[in-house]
Amino acid sequence: MRALCWEGANALAVREVPDPELRNAHDMIVRVRRSATCGADLPLLAGRIPYLAAGDVLGHEFLGEVVEVGPEVRRHRIADRVVVCAGIACGACWFCRQGLFACCDNGTTGASAAESAWGQPTGGCYGHPAPLGGFAGSHAEYVRVPYADVGAFAVPEAVSDDRAVFASDAAPTGWLGAELGEVRPGDVVAVWGAGAVGQLTAGAALLRGADRVVVVDDHDERLRMVERHVGAEPLNYRDVDVLAELRERSGGRGPDVCVEAVGMAAEPPGLLAGRLGGGAERSLALREAVHACRKGGTVVVLGTWTGVVDTFPLGAVMQKALTVRSGRQHGQRWIPMLLDRMARDELRTEHLATHRLPLERAADGYVLFRERADGCVRAVFSP
Amino acid sequence: MARMGRLAGGGMAMAKTARTLVVRRRERWPRAAETDPRPGRWQVVTVAGRPEEVLPRGRWPEPLRRLYGAVELYARPAPGGRGTELAARLLGNGPGLRGMAAHLVGDDPGRFLRQALREAKQLAETGEVLRADRSRVDRPGGPG
Repeated sequence: MRALCWEGANALAVREVPDPELRNAHDMIVRVRRSATCGADLPLLAGRIPYLAAGDVLGHEFLGEVVEVGPEVRRHRIADRVVVCAGIACGACWFCRQGLFACCDNGTTGASAAESAWGQPTGGCYGHPAPLGGFAGSHAEYVRVPYADVGAFAVPEAVSDDRAVFASDAAPTGWLGAELGEVRPGDVVAVWGAGAVGQLTAGAALLRGADRVVVVDDHDERLRMVERHVGAEPLNYRDVDVLAELRERSGGRGPDVCVEAVGMAAEPPGLLAGRLGGGAERSLALREAVHACRKGGTVVVLGTWTGVVDTFPLGAVMQKALTVRSGRQHGQRWIPMLLDRMARDELRTEHLATHRLPLERAADGYVLFRERADGCVRAVFSP
Repeated sequence: MARMGRLAGGGMAMAKTARTLVVRRRERWPRAAETDPRPGRWQVVTVAGRPEEVLPRGRWPEPLRRLYGAVELYARPAPGGRGTELAARLLGNGPGLRGMAAHLVGDDPGRFLRQALREAKQLAETGEVLRADRSRVDRPGGPG
């Protein structure tokens, strides 16, 4: 089959690779119909994540059609149209039973390396090396889906492929942001980053009843989307003093909930340190979120961080009694609800797919996405 | 909840049932003997499920069963209804590992034992061990 392969730092190519095969009884094989780029791919693409090997297939946010099922798969049949959670989780361990699917004990094939990096293994993710999964990605004609009954969900007929594909990762990540912030009616929420996750975090905050949601970015096209498609307030940090503006828009208190949805891709460390996986990251957005947040408020970190962060304002966290929460999405918990909201037109996502390309042009799509060229928010590939 | 104790020691016939040594919930894992020349640390995983489900009729789960004679194994209920704490440690008071056990344990026995515990946990929780995708080289008829 054809697939987008990583060939080295910032080098991608569509190559012929072996078809996936059923390796476990709970596996199924999906023919990919849509597969989206994601900011979490950019550190991989840049060669900043250890263990990725030349020839590995990228991509984790996808939707497709079931073509083969393992003997233990009960919920899916051949020809079902399914969206698959980007995170891989068993559904059976204690963490999955608590709804913490991204913390699954059994979701990766590289638990030992994950223990070395973070103390404990976490759930897996498609298109990531062994500590975060060890499974081929979805920028391909076909993809193997482990724990298929846990991670794949039938898509209602009323929901288009272009809308439903974002139920795989961006929409549950946005929902996670609002949930971790415990956003409630009357809250003022600020979100840093107007990409897909930032927009969907803002949308989730509004759906949970937030009184005012402000999204901070410097890309005018994205900020226009925030206003037009989400109904949140745009704030261009190149034009205004963000901290002063947020104070003013929150009655001098500061936002109740501040969400960092920018991520590691925003500020690469020095080239050598980054390639060795030891370079400390800096996050201006995260620092700004901490300073902006009201006393006793909550700062949520959604950006895909894997290493260490430098110059984190711990003093402000302590003196203002902030709660800092973070995590990867537990989509298995929310995807059915998100699909229902999509079917009812409460949650619209198709505008995020600014560039629809055939798989053969996926490398071009990543250039557009990485450079944010031509107003690109997400490139979505169709094999 | 049922309590489980030490399940076997080196050189004895394979245990079919739990032994009598009971480990209470708040106790530390048993300490290594002072003379132990290789006081290996206990490797522990928590497995979803009651002890009698994790170790039906006291039988060692795969792949730990293959290490019988090379390791000692304990199980006890985890606090808060989290399941069963399953602990294993390399035996250090014998003449060293022999035969298949030595071959399996290799030159990093602690790491191997941890992997075996993880696989036992996965088997108990999901019914199988998650397998990585195979590369072109690993497949029958592949290059290499």
